[in-house]
Amino acid sequence: MAVSLGRGAFQIKEPVYITSYAAVVGKKEGEGPMGKCFDRVETDSYFGQKTWEQAESRMQQETIYHALEKAALSPDDIDIILAGDLINQCTSSTYSLRPFGVPFLGLFGACSTMAEGLIIGSLILSSGAGKRCVAATSSHFSTAERQFRFPLSYGGQRPPTAQWTCTASGAVVLDTQTENSPRISSVCIGKITDLGVTDANNMGAAMAPAAADTLTRWFKCSGKSPENYDAIVTGDLGKIGGKLFAEIMMKQGYDVNPCYHDCGAMMFDAETQDTHAGGSGCGCGGSILCGHFLPLVKSGKIKRMLFMATGALMSPMLVQQGESIPSIAHLVEITGE
Amino acid sequence: MKITPELYKDMTEQSAPSSKSYVNIPLAFLIGGGICLLGEVLLNLFEYFGMEAETAGSWTSVILVFLSALFTGLGWYEKIAKHAGAGTLVPITGFANGVTSSAIEACTEGWILGVGSKIFTIAGPVILYGTAASVIYGIFLQIFKCFS
Amino acid sequence: MLEYLWAFLVGGAICAVGQILIDYTKLTPARILTGFVVTGVLLSALGLYKPLIDFAGGGATVPLTGFGHLLAEGIRKAVDEKGWLGIFSGGLTASSAGITAAMLFGLAASAIFKPKDK
Repeated sequence: MAVSLGRGAFQIKEPVYITSYAAVVGKKEGEGPMGKCFDRVETDSYFGQKTWEQAESRMQQETIYHALEKAALSPDDIDIILAGDLINQCTSSTYSLRPFGVPFLGLFGACSTMAEGLIIGSLILSSGAGKRCVAATSSHFSTAERQFRFPLSYGGQRPPTAQWTCTASGAVVLDTQTENSPRISSVCIGKITDLGVTDANNMGAAMAPAAADTLTRWFKCSGKSPENYDAIVTGDLGKIGGKLFAEIMMKQGYDVNPCYHDCGAMMFDAETQDTHAGGSGCGCGGSILCGHFLPLVKSGKIKRMLFMATGALMSPMLVQQGESIPSIAHLVEITGE
Repeated sequence: MKITPELYKDMTEQSAPSSKSYVNIPLAFLIGGGICLLGEVLLNLFEYFGMEAETAGSWTSVILVFLSALFTGLGWYEKIAKHAGAGTLVPITGFANGVTSSAIEACTEGWILGVGSKIFTIAGPVILYGTAASVIYGIFLQIFKCFS
Repeated sequence: MLEYLWAFLVGGAICAVGQILIDYTKLTPARILTGFVVTGVLLSALGLYKPLIDFAGGGATVPLTGFGHLLAEGIRKAVDEKGWLGIFSGGLTASSAGITAAMLFGLAASAIFKPKDK
């Protein structure tokens, strides 16, 4: 059972374990400082497919297979798959999962999808509605550029606040039995937050208030504080958003700096890889959680962490209409055994 | 403490690093100037072979557009543009890059609704508003003609 | 040789103006380009662009302001010759070589090249 701690915040009483996880990334991500932690680095950005959209689906599919393989499972062992991505109508996920034949819920939470999947998955499992489920997400630089920005060969200059959509995917298998694995102990669902940022080239700044709102709410309703955690991790705020997030938290009376990490800031070396404010995309938080943080929890180096994936819930159309960018951040507390 | 949109606006403005204009502007000047210099060389070359100024100008445009399309296709234009900024955007080669990159990008959606309808996604406004502005000018000229 | 120097300097300066707009305003590239073309039409209509071309040659014709000038020049000639109809035919006639080249080479490039990742 999940016990409510406050609006949208739950403690997961029946243990939900993270049995296995996998991360697959593209070439540029593989060349970055985190390159060694991923299960696979694919140098062909088309992943052997004909279009970018097919490439992203293929990458997500491979990631899920990887995660299943590590737990010696097949798609038939899975009760539900929760997956989402950035592309219109969630097609990277639907085409990726088309051959699986597993009950599927498509998610859209922009880059917060990994945490959204983990939250829904753990609530479903703890309610007894299933034994095993998969949460997965992906993003691809080229599909995101096509959908949100300019053609790939268009000669544009990115402003210093811009972030680089990661070609990356992460998948997690959750179950209720595999002890001695990291477990999801609590979750907190984010609220839509909008402090009026209209610049689509500064997503980190648009999303930072959402992350701060969720974390502040979590600390208030759980009675915990940054000292309770070995790591507080945001998904893809990047360097600028990460700084703003820590600043807002400070103004709320919480100093997160000693244990704060951001997957977007970790993914690339901004100097040599020309990625400006850092990485972004659903796959950024997803792949670094699965490639870097979950292994650390499993090995006991991290005892308790918070993973907060952040998402900018915008579309180019609404930005062109002059709207500001609403954002969201979902929180998952992961505890080692 | 409550973060208001006004307070947050100040915070974001302070946190955003400014563009490296001391690098960007000289680079745009050099590379943009270089492309114009190439145009001047071509112009003079065509005039040297006996073309009238207007014909030479048209051929110069055609050659520059061709070079831009080729560089775009090979993926070089974008690499230069990353540093050159407006230096590769403002010359006619930037216009051709907008057309070519949109066309290449759309070819996975087919020739008609892909390439055919998306080729002017970026360059379309330039043609539309350029033409519209010139039409307004034409109306003024014509009215002026009628009264003089 | 001096004409080459002026072409370089004037062309470079026009591009530098574009860079200032990119760096210090939130204008998107598409807006900046549209602005340059319309400015070219306006300057040409005011009779200011022709002297710049006489002075800097390619430095003034190659940037998109030159494209605007071409449109305005075309209209002026066509209105002289054909009157009202010239308003409709002049601009695109004068700029047809560049536009057709862009369409043709763009189309050819899309047949030959595959989109590349960055």
